[in-house]
Amino acid sequence: MSEYIIEMLNITKEFPGIRANDNITLQLRKGEIHALLGENGAGKSTLMSVLFGLYQPEKGEIRKNGEVVRIKDPNDANALGIGMVHQHFKLVEVFSVLDNIILGVEPATKRLGFLQKSDARKKVLALSERYGLKVDPDAMIEDITVGMQQRTEILKMLYRDNEVLIFDEPTAVLTPQEIDELMKIMKGLAAEGKSILFITHKLDEIKAVADRCTVLRKGRYVGTVDVATTSKEEMSEMMVGRKVQLVMDKKPLTPGESILSVQNLTVRSKKHGKPLVNNVSFNVRRGEIACIAGIDGNGQSELVYALTGLMKAESGKVFLGDKEISHMTVRERNLAGISHIPEDRHKHGLVLDYTLENNLVLKRYFDKQFSEKGFLKFAEIRQYAEGLIEKFDVRSGQGPVTTARSMSGGNQQKAIIAREIDLGNDLLIAVQPTRGLDVGAIEYIRKELLRQRDSGKAVLLVSLELDEVLEVPDRILVMYEGEIVGELDPKHTTAKELGLYMAGAQRKG
Amino acid sequence: MESNKEKKSLTARLASSEAFLSVAASLICILIGLALGVVVLAIINPAHAFKDGLLVILQSGLKSPRNMGTVLANAAPLIMTGLSVGFAFKTGLFNIGAAGQYTVGAFGALYCALVLHLPWYLCLLVAMIFGALWGAIPGIFKAYLNINEVITAIMFNWIGLYMVNDIMYGKGKSPMYDLATTKTYSLRKAAPESMIPSCGMSDMFGKLQSVTIAIFIAVFLALVVYIVLNKTTFGYELRACGFNKNAAQYAGINDKRNIILSMTIAGALAGVGAGLYYLSTVAEWNPQVSTALPAIGFNGISAALLACSNPIGTIFSSLFISYITVGGTKLSTQYYTKEIADVITALIIYLCAFSLLFKNKIRAVLAGKTRNINVGKGGDA
Repeated sequence: MSEYIIEMLNITKEFPGIRANDNITLQLRKGEIHALLGENGAGKSTLMSVLFGLYQPEKGEIRKNGEVVRIKDPNDANALGIGMVHQHFKLVEVFSVLDNIILGVEPATKRLGFLQKSDARKKVLALSERYGLKVDPDAMIEDITVGMQQRTEILKMLYRDNEVLIFDEPTAVLTPQEIDELMKIMKGLAAEGKSILFITHKLDEIKAVADRCTVLRKGRYVGTVDVATTSKEEMSEMMVGRKVQLVMDKKPLTPGESILSVQNLTVRSKKHGKPLVNNVSFNVRRGEIACIAGIDGNGQSELVYALTGLMKAESGKVFLGDKEISHMTVRERNLAGISHIPEDRHKHGLVLDYTLENNLVLKRYFDKQFSEKGFLKFAEIRQYAEGLIEKFDVRSGQGPVTTARSMSGGNQQKAIIAREIDLGNDLLIAVQPTRGLDVGAIEYIRKELLRQRDSGKAVLLVSLELDEVLEVPDRILVMYEGEIVGELDPKHTTAKELGLYMAGAQRKG
Repeated sequence: MESNKEKKSLTARLASSEAFLSVAASLICILIGLALGVVVLAIINPAHAFKDGLLVILQSGLKSPRNMGTVLANAAPLIMTGLSVGFAFKTGLFNIGAAGQYTVGAFGALYCALVLHLPWYLCLLVAMIFGALWGAIPGIFKAYLNINEVITAIMFNWIGLYMVNDIMYGKGKSPMYDLATTKTYSLRKAAPESMIPSCGMSDMFGKLQSVTIAIFIAVFLALVVYIVLNKTTFGYELRACGFNKNAAQYAGINDKRNIILSMTIAGALAGVGAGLYYLSTVAEWNPQVSTALPAIGFNGISAALLACSNPIGTIFSSLFISYITVGGTKLSTQYYTKEIADVITALIIYLCAFSLLFKNKIRAVLAGKTRNINVGKGGDA
């Protein structure tokens, strides 16, 4: 028998105009957790789709236990014992956990095909016991947490007796506590003899669970390393192709006068009348980065909407400098001096079907500089866009006339940052500015935030990423269920302490 | 090698030119639609499908100056309703109410002509205002009460139609209603001063009196719409709202105001369309038979779709639809009914739903060629 359960040898997969996988080899040992590391667009997902039968490679072969196999579609993959938890779960929202697990392999009576769920339930409960995957088999998917949905996906694979489990960026949607739990589950699965492929671009997680790590860059194979003997810096250098500065150099804090001050702000849900933001007060001073930390859905988004005017606050006041902006429209607030890097760059940040240059003037097309008597000045817009593209190194296929939709996520975000920073406003609100980006882009954006701070702007950062919360800001405000439950100094706090505040187990002030 | 290089740049340029791809895709839709049309003709009457069917449809529009005139006279209002629907599409709204705005606009034009005896341009202006009002209503409902514009517009289509019919007929005593013809009075006799001037156009097209400068007005307005949408800050805002309402709000664009303005302008364009049709005396309104909404309102949807909502494209798609519709009326009733032209237009429009698919296919083919040449060049080096 072969040492490897799955081998992908010299895989090449081409798409029109691009070679997504170029001669890639990946060997998975039995019972190991093998990380697949690479930036966005490095070819991780393509390689896994080849293994899962979604794409056919032009060159190369796949072996299972040393024998060459052909995987034409996901059914073949399933038959070979390969299962996958996709980044976006494939669950039926209005079905129960149990129904989702048995979907596709429903146990039924031989005649007439009546469902026989009692055996299935026993098997699911046994599996959930054995691997510590806590689920309520009768709960509806739409009612349970993301973490439990993920456990349902894992049980789906186990129910089918899969022995090779692929996890595609499984921690992107989880809270810190849920991530810890997932890591434990993965270790347990490996200990029981399952082989795990773990796609990610987060180095901490690789360090925490993986045995070996294969690194891809721009569709090519860079190497496979032992995680225990390789440092994070070495792995990130393999991934990015150059040295990356993960720890920021920060100049000492020299805060000036208050730029943003929020007094007793309350935002109520239109749907059920509950307060989403509850009597929140804080301020952000010139020359500092204040960070709102918290688990997703604790009122951070609504707080930002209320500050920027996208949502009406029920009560409370917002001051920008000494001007009250509580009752201004979005446009008036923008002009008064708020720059806003929104949480969702596709929903709010860009008009995806507009060109890059049109997006770069989204907040100032009406300026005298860019319009005259209601007509746009195209030459001026082009010139301005070219300047920003150069200054902020925004890369795209056709420069200013590239459709925003066709740009990579990192460059879309750079375009938004270029636009917002160039407005030159005193206040910059950045909501999850590094979400979904690769290490190179994250480094760039964090540095840019620090540059804004050092040039005397006030920065309000909203982040869900623990390392970002601990590293970038000067002050942390933790939000839990719409309230600010604590103010922490990132220099004198730990992830564990932060986690307690975020989970609502501790509060002060 | 040199010619290869040039060819590469040409195909590559075509592959990345949205305008070229859109036009090519629309033409492919038309060709496949016509081919399927022949199949339909063959099913109905196989012996005459080609010579008495397809050829008649394709040739009649150009056969005589009179036919050409008919094409132009019918195209003018169609361009306007096409612009109306396309303009709303560009701002993310579906103006299915063009027929109703057209109806109310027709009333405005005919009332000013037959009762008030105003000059033609004032009649046209009133048609525009009436259409604008009728378009604004669904816009207001959408902006302030978040009621889907399609539902409101459909209701107001019928409200407009029955209201207009009732006023024009007036139990037979309306000053606009001619008991002899059971239609509104003919402008040629009752209000010649309200007719859109022909400026020699009707002489050019076999003395067909309904050929007027209407077509030029329509083309001019198409250019205006194009400029407003693409060259002004107002158009920039409207298109931003259409592509991504959330991003528009984030940028501080007043989307409520833009929804109302967009529907108002769409209504005004449809209203002008009705003015062009009735003030050119292409036909009279028949209040008792007109229990169906005017087809030109709905054909505007076809014209806009075929043109991918491009105002300039709408001129050509409207001319084309008008052209094959005239062809359809010339079919010998011995073999076919004139509605067959509608079937063929419908097929073409239906295929337009695939135009994006064709567009991507053409792009892939052109890009593929470019790539092959690249690969070849790599081998040389």
